[in-house]
Amino acid sequence: MKGIINISRRDFLKTGAAISGGLILGLHLNLPESLAAGQQAAALVPNAFVRIGTDDMVTIIVNHSEMGQGVYTSLPMLVAEELEADWKKIRVEAAPVDPVYNHTAFGMQMTGGSTSVWSEYDRLRKVGAAAREMLIAAAAETWKVNRKGCRAEKGVVIHKSGKRLRYGQLAEKAAAMPVPSDIKLKDPQKYRIVGRPTLRIDSREKVNGKAIFGLDASVSGMLTAVVAHPPVFGGKVKSLHAEKARAVAGVKDIVQVPSGVAVLATGFWPALTGRDALEIVWDEGPNAKLSTSGLREQYAALAMTPGAVARKEGSVDTALAKAAKRLRVEYEVPYLAHATMEPLNCTVDLRPDSCEIWVGTQFQTVDRNAAAAISGLKPEQVRIHTLFLGGGFGRRANPASDFVSEAVHVAKAAKAPVKVIWTRENDMRGGYYRPLWYDRIEAGLDEKGGPVVWKHTIVGQSIVAGTPFEKALAKNGIDNTSVEGAADLPYAIPNILVDLHSPSVGVPVLWWRSVGHSHTAFVVESLIDELAHEAKKDPYEFRRGLLAKHSRHLGVLKLAAGKAGWGTPMPEGRARGIAVHESFGSYVAEVAEVSVSPAGEVRVHRVVCAVDCGEFVNPATIRAQMESAVSFGLSAVLHSEITLEGGRVRQSNFHDYKVLRLNEMPEVEVHIVHNSEKPGGIGEPGVPPIAPAVCNAIFLLTGKRVRRLPVRPEDLRHA
Amino acid sequence: MIHIEVNGKRHDLDVSPDMPLLWVIRDYLKLSGTKFGCGMAQCGACTVHVDGEPTRSCVTPVSSVSGKKITTIEGLDASGAGRAVQEAWTAEDVPQCGYCQSGQVMQAAALLAQNPQPTDADIDASLSGNLCRCGTYQRIRKAVHRAAGMMAKGGKR
Ligand code: FES
Ligand code: FES
Repeated sequence: MKGIINISRRDFLKTGAAISGGLILGLHLNLPESLAAGQQAAALVPNAFVRIGTDDMVTIIVNHSEMGQGVYTSLPMLVAEELEADWKKIRVEAAPVDPVYNHTAFGMQMTGGSTSVWSEYDRLRKVGAAAREMLIAAAAETWKVNRKGCRAEKGVVIHKSGKRLRYGQLAEKAAAMPVPSDIKLKDPQKYRIVGRPTLRIDSREKVNGKAIFGLDASVSGMLTAVVAHPPVFGGKVKSLHAEKARAVAGVKDIVQVPSGVAVLATGFWPALTGRDALEIVWDEGPNAKLSTSGLREQYAALAMTPGAVARKEGSVDTALAKAAKRLRVEYEVPYLAHATMEPLNCTVDLRPDSCEIWVGTQFQTVDRNAAAAISGLKPEQVRIHTLFLGGGFGRRANPASDFVSEAVHVAKAAKAPVKVIWTRENDMRGGYYRPLWYDRIEAGLDEKGGPVVWKHTIVGQSIVAGTPFEKALAKNGIDNTSVEGAADLPYAIPNILVDLHSPSVGVPVLWWRSVGHSHTAFVVESLIDELAHEAKKDPYEFRRGLLAKHSRHLGVLKLAAGKAGWGTPMPEGRARGIAVHESFGSYVAEVAEVSVSPAGEVRVHRVVCAVDCGEFVNPATIRAQMESAVSFGLSAVLHSEITLEGGRVRQSNFHDYKVLRLNEMPEVEVHIVHNSEKPGGIGEPGVPPIAPAVCNAIFLLTGKRVRRLPVRPEDLRHA
Repeated sequence: MIHIEVNGKRHDLDVSPDMPLLWVIRDYLKLSGTKFGCGMAQCGACTVHVDGEPTRSCVTPVSSVSGKKITTIEGLDASGAGRAVQEAWTAEDVPQCGYCQSGQVMQAAALLAQNPQPTDADIDASLSGNLCRCGTYQRIRKAVHRAAGMMAKGGKR
């Protein structure tokens, strides 16, 4: 069984203390103390990422959170490849928080930005290779032979004479071998794990109910809390009457925290019943008048004025004046909730000199530091146990640590171990949305139908403003996550201006799977399609003509078009739309086959994806992530929208914040480009092209341009 | 006292009769495989079997199932359809984050127990109430067909 052993598993919690075993010290590279203390029969600990037991089991400590994107499989594949491990003997543990586990590019422990594979690509292969060399050295010494005559294969070291020793037999001795200083990595031609489709390592426990998510954490003596949040962002408690809540059987305590009022009880149900019995008068603060319709008007006015310049080439005003044909259009997308299937939650056991946290998070370092600040402890006194995440999509990577901070506040106020569970309504109304965006574009064609000018004004909140990420991600008033996918427009157009307004609004915003690209690709790829039609050209050929210098865009575009049968006849009532977009170092083109009923209901039948993410580790993950991205993106195209009125979020649960269901899922077909380019991301890049691909097909079917998402069937009625 | 039978084991509970079965299972019986997603029968994450019927435990008061036989994901492998579904799910690499999958598997196993050769339309009708934010739908469909095939062959039970 290659199940995932999580050090924060319940049986471990019950013992309450670390288990010591046959751990050999002195060899590990920067092994954090917390981890060293938790070893069981671990003989070889070559470094903080791999542990080999006398039972032949190879434990790989993964420093990226598993939220569905498959890192508990793809990252161990990198180690196992170089280690020449037997894949069946691999198991996975979540890393504790320690600088040794920091992201190689971002300097903190985190998972996000579709970076896990490329950022660990070299480090984890080196880790595996180092352990392999130590095992070979141990065997050579045992046999008193030259190590050159030994090789490693599937968990065994073999001497040319035929002698064999299993890794488990060698582990203790290998632990005494010096860690090799210069490590030679395998020739990729010889890979037998990396690059091959590999089934997920965590499926079994995810189909038998044994996988432990944040919601499933359990500490002895723990209470469950449900919190009443203000109805308006930034609201505060004016007065509180808690008698009725206290009278609910099972309610143990009621505490005020900065984010609201928490009711603690023996379980979720009494906590919820108590929470709903609270009588609170709120001071709603300055956001009580906020509405999305008001914001849209404000943004539309802003879009008419010049913003901070993100890209400037040529002279757009002159070119617009001279253009043979001009197009002036506005695009809009709404606030979106991540709506992970697992509502936010966090379990905290706060003691005078320690704080233990069980949580599904993408932001371990940030959350740990927030917990330390609230509890008054040192960061080293805070231990975070990362459990499975029931979806992340960016919501569990919050610079403000909202759901972790709240739980620490509740534990501190109540002086009891506590699990704070957000109801779906708390989660849906809790903010940290994908920003609402308003885009205004003016573009022009010359007499021959060639695009000569492109002026794109973007209006929307900055995600990084006021966070510690501002320094790295924003320059000269431009938050890069606002303009990514727009400022780097790949099409050959001589006059380009992309500018940005970043109004400050009281609605908390955050990265949502594919971040800025989630709106820029919709705008850019729809507009290119509009221009192609204005120029009376085939949208696929039109793009090709403008991408001559971008071979990877072209490669996926051609591949997707070819596999989708671009240009071949479609059944009556169906049409194809195409889009291509680069994000997170990967290139994706999608062709969507769509129909629209006379009542305006959109149906996506098939999506052909072509993806170039450079060198890759697990093609099975790539396919799964493309399917997932199409589904995620389609929810936003067809259904989802967060709106506010009187400062209140109007949606609350899946009945009014709709997401894609099984009966609406298209057949997704994935084609992967093979090359040796630098590895790119895969969790997010499939999302951006789906909205424009679908909407471009809708135009062919109905003659109507969708310039505002989600699509509204009443706007698409046709005979 | 309310009496329920969960995965073949009888439990006598002193809980409020309107407490949803979901929270009895999770907080009192300490079976954490059944998940909370919405609390209003919109997502299917909390699906269990009550006398074989797929049921949203988040909106089922525990008093309404008193004396009935309840199966949760932890007890599913006692049935042939349950084992076939779990096996097919693994073979098709269905789960991603996995959070919805207990509910998906319970719903699919109930479908197959009643309809061993479901069509795509049957699958739509049965499983469209189970949300998956990771978008594993295409594989769920395939895995249901695969499980049906395994059951028909009588193998891998
Ligand atoms: S939690 Fe019961 S259907 Fe969603
Ligand atoms: S696998 Fe993540 S919600 Fe379904």
